[in-house]
Amino acid sequence: MADENINKGRRRFLTASTAVIGGAGLIITAIPFVETWLPSARAQAAGAPVLADVSKVEPGQRLRVGWNKQPVDIVNRTPDQLKWLDSLDSRLRDPDSKEPQQPKYCQNKYRAIRAEWLVFIDICTHLGCVPDYYGEVKPEPFDPKWKGGYYCPCHHSRYDISARVFQGVPAPLNMVVMPYHWVDDTHVLVGVDPPKGSPQLKGALTGSLKGVAA
Amino acid sequence: MSALVQWFNERAPGMGAAYKKHMTEYYAPKNFNFMYYFGSLALLVLVNQIVTGIFLTMFYTPSAAGAFDSVQYIMRDVNWGWLVRYMHETGASMFFIVIYLHMFRGLMYGSYKKPRELVWLLGMLIFLALMAEAFMGYVLPWGNMSFWGAKVIITLFSAVPVIGPHLVEWIMGTLSVPGDPTLNRFFALHVVALPMVLLLLVVLHLGALHEVGSNNPDGVDIKHGPKGNRWNPDAPADGIPFHPYYTLKDLVGVGVFLIICAIIIFFAPAVGGFFLEPDNLVKANPLVTPASIKPVWYFSPFYAILRAIPSKGIGVLALGGSIVALFLVPWLDRGKVKSIRFRGRSYKIALTLFVIVFLLLGSIGADVMPIWLGLVYGSNAEAIVSTNLLIARTLTVLYFAFFVFLWAYTFFGLERTKPVPERVTTHD
Repeated sequence: MADENINKGRRRFLTASTAVIGGAGLIITAIPFVETWLPSARAQAAGAPVLADVSKVEPGQRLRVGWNKQPVDIVNRTPDQLKWLDSLDSRLRDPDSKEPQQPKYCQNKYRAIRAEWLVFIDICTHLGCVPDYYGEVKPEPFDPKWKGGYYCPCHHSRYDISARVFQGVPAPLNMVVMPYHWVDDTHVLVGVDPPKGSPQLKGALTGSLKGVAA
Repeated sequence: MSALVQWFNERAPGMGAAYKKHMTEYYAPKNFNFMYYFGSLALLVLVNQIVTGIFLTMFYTPSAAGAFDSVQYIMRDVNWGWLVRYMHETGASMFFIVIYLHMFRGLMYGSYKKPRELVWLLGMLIFLALMAEAFMGYVLPWGNMSFWGAKVIITLFSAVPVIGPHLVEWIMGTLSVPGDPTLNRFFALHVVALPMVLLLLVVLHLGALHEVGSNNPDGVDIKHGPKGNRWNPDAPADGIPFHPYYTLKDLVGVGVFLIICAIIIFFAPAVGGFFLEPDNLVKANPLVTPASIKPVWYFSPFYAILRAIPSKGIGVLALGGSIVALFLVPWLDRGKVKSIRFRGRSYKIALTLFVIVFLLLGSIGADVMPIWLGLVYGSNAEAIVSTNLLIARTLTVLYFAFFVFLWAYTFFGLERTKPVPERVTTHD
């Protein structure tokens, strides 16, 4: 075992290749463990669609249903609430809904398929609280120029009646409008896009859906 | 007896040596004061958390459906269950009180300075692990504040660019709100993984400390002072064996500390809603947010910084920065003088202000400040909210200003220090 008989190059190669292959094996083995934390099949199944009957929701009222374990609000907006939408643009972060917080067919000032009906996930985009509905158009302690909308009790984020976020509040984005469509005039299916070719894909429809419902 | 000792020493020669190195022949400065109780008290609380935690685990059910009820079962039906849980819950808060005082001691006497930077870094890692441990432990009872606290803290990770939303799903294990997968993984981390990490870090923290030796209120290194004491001619003259001298001294501190803990546990375990929050006595409900979401008191200074900033991304950065800044203290502070006793007057003022700012930030994060402001503004909610925000932002700036000051003050040689004595001032 004299020193001159040692092939140092080969020894270095063996050390390095063992380390690299061992390290790669370690990383590959780690993947299943890391991925156990991803939402399981059961968790994903919790996102099954929910059918809501809105026939008893009067103008100005809202109905809350649970979908994917989240609160989905369905608001029957009054003309008085809707007429202020354009006037708020300069006070909003994203008045034209450019951020991908809604399906394409809801990228309008109503953020809805039907102008009167707002359907969205009532979860603040700041830290996930549930904002409260302050529907009335009247001065509120948190905003003297209030035109109706949602107000988060946690960190005072404000949203208009289309769930669009105001400037100067902690929340960065409009609240999420998830996929949904109308089955008929009084039933909305939460969690599923309108079928292909449906007129509902145009969004911002007014009046009855007779003839356009999926 | 000696035969038995010899039998052991022949087979495990390191054990006796380790005992000597860390106990009877670890020479600590003889001038330790009141502030030096908190290291050993932290160890005591850690032991308390582990022992009471093991017993809680025997009765707790880690599931969204069963967790809340099992905690009530512990409180009402399990023999002495209420005592074990109150010891664990009080222990959590006491842990942070002790650790904050321990860290303050380090800032006051410059215990983070060369050659103890690694001791400080390991201590900060312990603090970080402790925060994770406390947060996950708070989620386990699955009350409504547990649930929403978990949601808010996990959602912080959505501020990470690009992968943010996926990261949140990965941590939560669900597509929407925290649920069984979240609770179960937090249980595993709280009960198995993080305690092991904490214990390892504590061993490293003490190992690093005993390598360089303890600092003291005078900030002079006894290893560089005169040699020779009653026990060893080569040991520092101003050092005394940790055991029995400091073990016995610490026992006095333990006695006082346990009396305080007992008063809390037996007479006011909720401490007015600060140690145990009323909102958490309601079962978790994903559809109802508590009127005001706030963490337990020990996180409130950092939470106040998060809330003070109107942008989510920058708010999360500031929150992280407020803790990272503490990690960097050994390198921000270029001053050679360790102890506040011999440092410049501006440093004394700055450190005092820093403590006040930290406490006031706590009062904002815990929603106490609005109550005080109510005494000034009455029912004018708008004025209270805006003044509260203004104070929060001012305090946030002042918090970071301390670290900037610390660096500038010492880097540009502005500090006028007093002469540091050759050896500790209380030698015989």
